Amino acid sequence: MIEIGLGHYLSLGAIIFFLGVMGIFLNRKNVIVILMSIELILLAVNINLISFSIFSGDIVGQIFTMLILTVAAAEAAIGLAIIVIYYRNKGSIRVEDIHGMKG
Amino acid sequence: MINNLNILLPEIFLTLSIFVTLMLGVFTQKSFNLIFNLSSIIILITIVIIFNSSNITERIFLDSFIKDNFSSYFKVLILFSSLFVLNSSKVFIIESKIDKFEYPIIILISILGMFFMVSSNDLILFYLGLELQSLALYILASIDRDNLKSSESGIKYFVLSALSSGLLLYGCSLLYGFTGSTNFELIADKLNEENKGAIFAMVFILVGLAFKISAVPFHMWTPDVYEGAPTSITSFFAVVPKVAGLAVLIKFMFIPFVNILLEWQSIIIFISIASMILGAVAAIVQKNIKRLLAYSSIGHIGYALAGVATGAISGYKSTIVYITIYVVMNIGAFSCLYMMKKDGEYKENISDLSGISKKHPILAVSFLIILFSLAGIPPLGGFFAKFYIFTSVIEHKMYTLAIIGLLTTVISAFYYLKVIKTIYFEDNFVVFDPIKNKVAQTTVLISCTFLITFFLYPSLLNNIVSSLFLN
Repeated sequence: MIEIGLGHYLSLGAIIFFLGVMGIFLNRKNVIVILMSIELILLAVNINLISFSIFSGDIVGQIFTMLILTVAAAEAAIGLAIIVIYYRNKGSIRVEDIHGMKG
Repeated sequence: MINNLNILLPEIFLTLSIFVTLMLGVFTQKSFNLIFNLSSIIILITIVIIFNSSNITERIFLDSFIKDNFSSYFKVLILFSSLFVLNSSKVFIIESKIDKFEYPIIILISILGMFFMVSSNDLILFYLGLELQSLALYILASIDRDNLKSSESGIKYFVLSALSSGLLLYGCSLLYGFTGSTNFELIADKLNEENKGAIFAMVFILVGLAFKISAVPFHMWTPDVYEGAPTSITSFFAVVPKVAGLAVLIKFMFIPFVNILLEWQSIIIFISIASMILGAVAAIVQKNIKRLLAYSSIGHIGYALAGVATGAISGYKSTIVYITIYVVMNIGAFSCLYMMKKDGEYKENISDLSGISKKHPILAVSFLIILFSLAGIPPLGGFFAKFYIFTSVIEHKMYTLAIIGLLTTVISAFYYLKVIKTIYFEDNFVVFDPIKNKVAQTTVLISCTFLITFFLYPSLLNNIVSSLFLN
């Protein structure tokens, strides 16, 4: 049996965080996927904070997590609203199509 | 306990006013004018409240909120600049049909977020303030919702800014884990060169902050968002969030990261040099004046960061003076854009300016003064801003940074002078409509007067800035 320690939780957090960042940069299909990747990043941070909080016996990390969950919900709402108005104007939310301005 | 709430008076007043104006806006018809004027009055009252508060350093909520001279100075700067940005753009807002009553209210919300950012002494409060500001800015970028460019700039700003918030937050979580606290001062005690995890966290936080102030290599959103968003929003973006972001950056360097100066110094020097070079080189080929100002603002952030890179109080002071003068110059530059109107349509290209000195001599002279000042030509305000930065950089024996900074100043002078050449020495094609936007004219006048007369009494601003670091 492996004893699951702080290091394991942090590695999990780091992996999910990395997946989220890569999801933003490698994704060329759909903007919704970017929104999901942003959510992943915030969840990775939450895993980090909760495991730090549990292992150091300090409650502040868990409070921080609750606040981040709230902010993440607000961010997703605004993000979806912006995607909707973009879709109305352009008729597509493919990432490749978002290049009206360059230079 | 209730007495202590006086410390929070500006924030409480702003919050309640946002509630009231939001309700008023919903329940009255055609309420844009009413809400707009109310918002200006609210901003003025908040300025008065901040001026009336004592200048003693006070803390509240378990030391997570600090009211000191430093935060008060930045709050006043934020309020004044938003007041000018809002009022000079009113005619533009109405003519571009984005005169929704939410517009000034969302600006007030983002100001509230910036207030918490500059006053925060705790990672949690800092993050919440930053997000309150960013969420409001996402909406502002895409406020012209039937315009493809505006919604595209909204989507770009949202994705990159949310990513940067995520990076910053990951840094915050690591910093909390490796120091065991979210309070800035307690973090400073625990941070030293041996704490490798916390240094890793510092890099993430720096990346997040660099995104917010659009420093290279995290600047990619700036030109697109500046071009796509309506000009009134662009002028807000170019001025107010930069002030708040730079204030927070200085705060981070000054309190939590003070013991790992050697570690962050090299990163800031790199970011500063890269911003100065990119700001100077990439602006040369631009044809759209808003994109030009975007690259110019990237360059200016590079100079401001050069002051931060010294890691000493004299450097921070020069950065604060720099950002103050930058605010004045940019408000003036954007107010000039509101006068470039032809047949009811606002022009944005540099070629539209060609030869306007013959028909619009006053507008041409204002452009001349502001662009000379942006380029840093004596005796205008912009020269002194750069002068203070370079003196403090040389005092700290960072000669490479100073030499590169001076070289990029010369390069960037080229594109500012190119615009002036277009205005004065090329054939005239476009005659703008007669200017009716009185507030924008007054703003340009105030900004030009400030820039011209700054050299008469520069110690006025310097003394105020020096008093920020006394306690």
